[in-house]
Amino acid sequence: MFAFAMKRILQAVIVMLIISLIGFAIKHNFGDPVRDLVGQRVTPAERAEIREKLGLNDPFMVQYVRFLGAAVQGDLGQSYFFKRPASEVIIRKAPATLELVFCASLIIVLLSVPLGIYSAIRPKTLFSRFIMGGSIVGVSIPVFLTAILLIYIFSVELNWLPSFGRGKTVMLFGWWDTGLLTVDGLLHLIMPSIALSSIMLPLFIRLIRSEMMEVLESEYVKYAWAKGLKPRRVWWVHAFKNTLLPVITVGGVQLGIMVAFTILTETVFQWQGMGSMFIESVERSDTSLMVAYLVFVGFVFVLVNTMVDIIYGLVNPTVRVAGRK
Amino acid sequence: MEPLIQIKNLRVDFALRSGTVRALRDVTLTINKGERLGIVGESGAGKSVLGFSIINLISKPGRITGGQIIFKGEDIAKYSLEKMRTIRGDRISMIFQDPMMTLNPVLTIGTQMKETIHAHRNVSNREAEAICLEKLRKVYIPSPERRLTQYPHEFSGGMRQRIVIAISLLTSPSLIIADEPTTALDVTIQAEIMDLLLELCETENMGLILITHDLAVVSEVTQRIAVLYAGKVVEIGPTRQIIDTPQHPYTQGLIKALPQMAGGKRRLNQIPGMMPSLRDMPSGCPFQPRCTERIDKCIHEIPLLTPVEGGGQVACFVRQGGM
Ligand SMILES: Nc1ncnc2c1ncn2[C@@H]1O[C@H](COP(=O)(O)OP(=O)(O)OP(=O)(O)O)[C@@H](O)[C@H]1O
Ligand SMILES: [Mg+2]
Repeated sequence: MFAFAMKRILQAVIVMLIISLIGFAIKHNFGDPVRDLVGQRVTPAERAEIREKLGLNDPFMVQYVRFLGAAVQGDLGQSYFFKRPASEVIIRKAPATLELVFCASLIIVLLSVPLGIYSAIRPKTLFSRFIMGGSIVGVSIPVFLTAILLIYIFSVELNWLPSFGRGKTVMLFGWWDTGLLTVDGLLHLIMPSIALSSIMLPLFIRLIRSEMMEVLESEYVKYAWAKGLKPRRVWWVHAFKNTLLPVITVGGVQLGIMVAFTILTETVFQWQGMGSMFIESVERSDTSLMVAYLVFVGFVFVLVNTMVDIIYGLVNPTVRVAGRK
Repeated sequence: MEPLIQIKNLRVDFALRSGTVRALRDVTLTINKGERLGIVGESGAGKSVLGFSIINLISKPGRITGGQIIFKGEDIAKYSLEKMRTIRGDRISMIFQDPMMTLNPVLTIGTQMKETIHAHRNVSNREAEAICLEKLRKVYIPSPERRLTQYPHEFSGGMRQRIVIAISLLTSPSLIIADEPTTALDVTIQAEIMDLLLELCETENMGLILITHDLAVVSEVTQRIAVLYAGKVVEIGPTRQIIDTPQHPYTQGLIKALPQMAGGKRRLNQIPGMMPSLRDMPSGCPFQPRCTERIDKCIHEIPLLTPVEGGGQVACFVRQGGM
């Protein structure tokens, strides 16, 4: 298991290096660090001097290594607009996005597991057909349309739920601004989380269903029936555990992709997270902040996937032994 | 001899989109207490379907559409799922063909053994464990205590089949149905597993239905043999009689296909022609299109099993005197 974990972590590091290289290439080609520092009204001579001082005339690789060294220490450059370190800006915006992703994932897990399994065990019932039909419709509606529909129904027409912002938040540990601890904050979370989960939820239901159906056809499940086990035991212990393995792998990737989907959701709901920050930074040509966002999201993505792989290793006994050797 | 299970006119159909496959057609046979019965026949004859239909575990869309399976005076073919569950793995155990696929890869051997006991007996975890260890010793698994915490992939094929056999012993069943239990194994350990099965059936006084392609194996292990052809029993009788003086032309073909019984382990498909499709059967005797002794009656009427000399039964007009 240890060797297995080490291998995965090494892979993660390599992926991070590639992401940072891409990020740096963007910054190198499109960004203007001098402007970021001093603004437009500086003479060309002064600019050249600053460029030299900042090492901007050094070869690409030298600058990249410098960028990497700084990034490892949490320094992702200076945001031109906020006049503050980019990493600081991101850390302040991150909780909003992460809470949104967390709630959306919670919705996905809590709904897709029972629905997927039910429709695998009883594929012919009306409810299963409804779930399957609904999931096709669900996948094909774009996130922003779902969001607008939700706002129209629950905010405009019924006036039940707030349509924008995070509502009342509470500061935790001095830096984590959470909306999970107030009723108002939770109410604000409902619609954005549903909108964000709307794409992945149908995919997960279908994935769990198809995996589960395949497992239910397997010899070991047939054998479990032949042993006279109770249906619950066959479904939840024998079949579900094996269904979980491929679902974990795919789930990890999807979770990462969801972070990217937050850009849309946050924009529609004016959610003050990293996603809307990224859109703003693009509009303001705030290259440092853009790149910092990419690197940070890449980092979260890799982190989640590595953790998922390690969890997979814990669930799957075959991997455990492979690691032991 | 006291009958353990009486199968009467059993029919199993697979309703497929392309038509109904009649996998078993009026199968009638009896297995007595403690008796070892072999079921032979070529691929697709319905051997596995017959084995699984006894515990009503035919894969979809297969269904018992007629007949009875009498066990302890009750027709278990009509049992509800929950009632059937109390028989499966308790009174009647199964051994599957491929031990690599039978055990659940993510559960330990101990879990997979104990759950079987808990499904049928009200015992503590400790008592269940004691039963597991006892049965693992019976199948000669060394240091069974350690084995309980291991996963299937930590065992070889032969060891896994021993574990499956141990699982089938857990509830001291009165019948074991073994569907080609050694086919998937290495040739060198096939005999070992077969001997073990035979030994356990004798010491525990369990009945055995042994489904196999291998006439050499059935002749060593079983007391009676039923020959299945296209979903019908065409001949049944004492093992020696079937091997030495087969009556039905199909059985004769099977025996002839074995060069010498001693070393012969050939597959049973060397009779000219093919088994008819179960979707549209020929009229009359299912074997008549391939039969060299066919008479007119064979094409028009379906022969029934009729007793012959020596205690067997055969479904063949020619052997019944041609009338
Ligand atoms: N799942 C299924 N779907 C459709 N038809 C099936 C299914 N399982 C079995 N059958 C039909 O039942 C017939 C008997 O199958 P069965 O598996 O009992 O054969 P067998 O005698 O065990 O053959 P083998 O020696 O290859 O194991 C097959 O010819 C097939 O037409
Ligand atoms: Mg078979």
